[in-house]
Amino acid sequence: MHASELITEILRVLAAGLLLISFAMLSGRRTQQLITLFAWQGALLFVSTCLVAYSSGLTEMYYSAALTLLLKVIALPWILHRLIKRLGAQSDSEQLVNVPMTMLAGLVLVIFAFGLAQPISSMATTITRHTLGIALAVILLAFLMMITRRKAVTQVIGFLAMENGLFLAATSATYGMPMVIELGIALDVLVGVFILGIFFFQIREQFDSLDLHNLESLKED
Amino acid sequence: MEILIVLGLPLLGAALLASFGARRFAPELNAGTSLATLIAASFLVLRVIRYGPMLAGHEQFFVDPFNVFLVALTAFVGFTTALFSRPYMRIEEHHGRLNPTRLRLYHSMYQLFMFAMLLALLTNNMGLLWVAMEAATLSTVLLVSLYRTRASLEAAWKYFILCGVGIAQALFGTILLYFAAEKTLGREGMTALLWTHLNAVKGQLEPRVLGLAFVFLLVGYGTKVGLAPLHNWLPDAHAEGPTPVSAVLSGLLLNVALYAVIRCKVLVEGSIGHLLPGRMLMTFGLLSAVLGAFFIWRQRDIKRLFGYSSIEHMGIITFAFGLGGPVANFAALLHMTVHSLTKSAIFFTAGHASQKAGTQQMDGIRGLVTISPTIGWGLMLGSLAILGMPPFGVFASEFLILTTAMREHPWTTPFLLIALGVAFGGIFSRVQPMVFGESDAIRLPHSPALLPVFAHLAIVLTLGIYIPPVLAEWYRAAAQLIG
Repeated sequence: MHASELITEILRVLAAGLLLISFAMLSGRRTQQLITLFAWQGALLFVSTCLVAYSSGLTEMYYSAALTLLLKVIALPWILHRLIKRLGAQSDSEQLVNVPMTMLAGLVLVIFAFGLAQPISSMATTITRHTLGIALAVILLAFLMMITRRKAVTQVIGFLAMENGLFLAATSATYGMPMVIELGIALDVLVGVFILGIFFFQIREQFDSLDLHNLESLKED
Repeated sequence: MEILIVLGLPLLGAALLASFGARRFAPELNAGTSLATLIAASFLVLRVIRYGPMLAGHEQFFVDPFNVFLVALTAFVGFTTALFSRPYMRIEEHHGRLNPTRLRLYHSMYQLFMFAMLLALLTNNMGLLWVAMEAATLSTVLLVSLYRTRASLEAAWKYFILCGVGIAQALFGTILLYFAAEKTLGREGMTALLWTHLNAVKGQLEPRVLGLAFVFLLVGYGTKVGLAPLHNWLPDAHAEGPTPVSAVLSGLLLNVALYAVIRCKVLVEGSIGHLLPGRMLMTFGLLSAVLGAFFIWRQRDIKRLFGYSSIEHMGIITFAFGLGGPVANFAALLHMTVHSLTKSAIFFTAGHASQKAGTQQMDGIRGLVTISPTIGWGLMLGSLAILGMPPFGVFASEFLILTTAMREHPWTTPFLLIALGVAFGGIFSRVQPMVFGESDAIRLPHSPALLPVFAHLAIVLTLGIYIPPVLAEWYRAAAQLIG
């Protein structure tokens, strides 16, 4: 087996791992556990970006891999851990509505994502082209997670998982966006998480809980 | 060079206000920065008038007929809103709804928001456009929740999550766009995301990829335009944030988001033809116009009322861009301008009116003409203007849109007429008792700034009667560009 084939194989396994983690998140109950899963997702992304960088020989891909490691594996999980610690929400768990149905919906989304990405990935020339479908599936699953969850922290983790899917899409379809754009996106995500951190405290101060059931008074009457 | 100054001033202002924003002179500093930005933007506009469209900064920034008038409009409304916010925020502080620390946050974020919007307008890079749109969302989230009330927190949360998800979809669309462009333009020199380069080769871009990209881009940026059914965040954010923020959200941010959609549409149309993008814009637009108009009837809060009116008008503009062709595009660009000016003027008066009455509930606001004739007449005239009464500019653009729709797609005319009629009844029947009628209102501790209101309305009136040749030329050139 050639080295490039081996790398392609490993990349596929990694992408499949990402998808599995997305499903695990969908059924994960405890906030702490979700943050760990999110960090793992980041780690897999880091490894796969490194492999793509190695096989394509593009140096700027190493930078974006380093960015992933710093931001998604270290900084964001750390910030989130500190946040829920200060909020005293480590052992929070939430009641999930109908896990089998959510899983089934997730499966349908994956099939849909693959169908949508099929014609496009056949056009891609990059070695990771088959992962475009997986990337779209990760995005849609994160979206599903945001819809089904009622806790503010969980929704934010869903939002960040969606970011991971987008990053995978960028590397799998195009070897990543130009560096300037990636930096801009990373900055936006970081600022967004800080703002949300401020937000959590404001929400808890006002409502004594991070449950979003409280945030349902502004309705059309 | 001019472009760098236009972008640098608000950024500098944001940094200054982050340190001095709590001082007594902060509102003046805010207005001063906005004035400086406006002056810099005027020089930029003069340069464009003299030398025509320009590229700058290794082609990263550009000015063409489509964005030049939006830059001028953004800088102008940014300045007048800063003028309005000077007494308005002081009154809010006097009423105990804000403290100096939050005012510092407000002033700093206001300038950052202006920077993000100007960057979105001036950048030639589709990726940077996305980053700027996201930055504009982030800087306004904390502005919407400025009062820290339960309702404002909820509104800000909704705004963040909905627009965050929307903008993530726009990023996926941008990635697909880059994917298609990279094949034609290559990776070298980062030209594959530059709009001018993309526009030059749009005929060679892979149609299937661009079709899919457009769906994501439209849904993504469309969330920020407030297109139905993705409009949920808009009325809440407008009602719960401070009034100057409502004014810039409605007057400027919606326009900038729509600008992003139209830039994408131009590229996509070059690849897959007019039919799909045009039809999608028409459907979303018509749905927003009709839904927005009907929801107007159910409102009790004055700022929510005009928030829904914004949804209706953005719907009409989107519909007009969907129609395409020189006349409809011209009308849509004109409508963008006059809607922005009129709606921000209305929010200025609505803000002071609710400060006088001590409530945003329309039942509590009565007899503005007797207690403060300028606020009363400002609100009345503004409402008449936004409802499309001649001779205001809104009439001209709506008339053009309607006649084009009648000729090109007659089946859409009844929907448009229903939307306009329902909105007319809804808004007029609410505004009339607020302006005339009995009242028992309080005196405000600072005299309100109403010059911006009448300045805006005067421009809208003028545009209804006479469009300066330079502006008309830009509209025509942009309309041709949009196709």
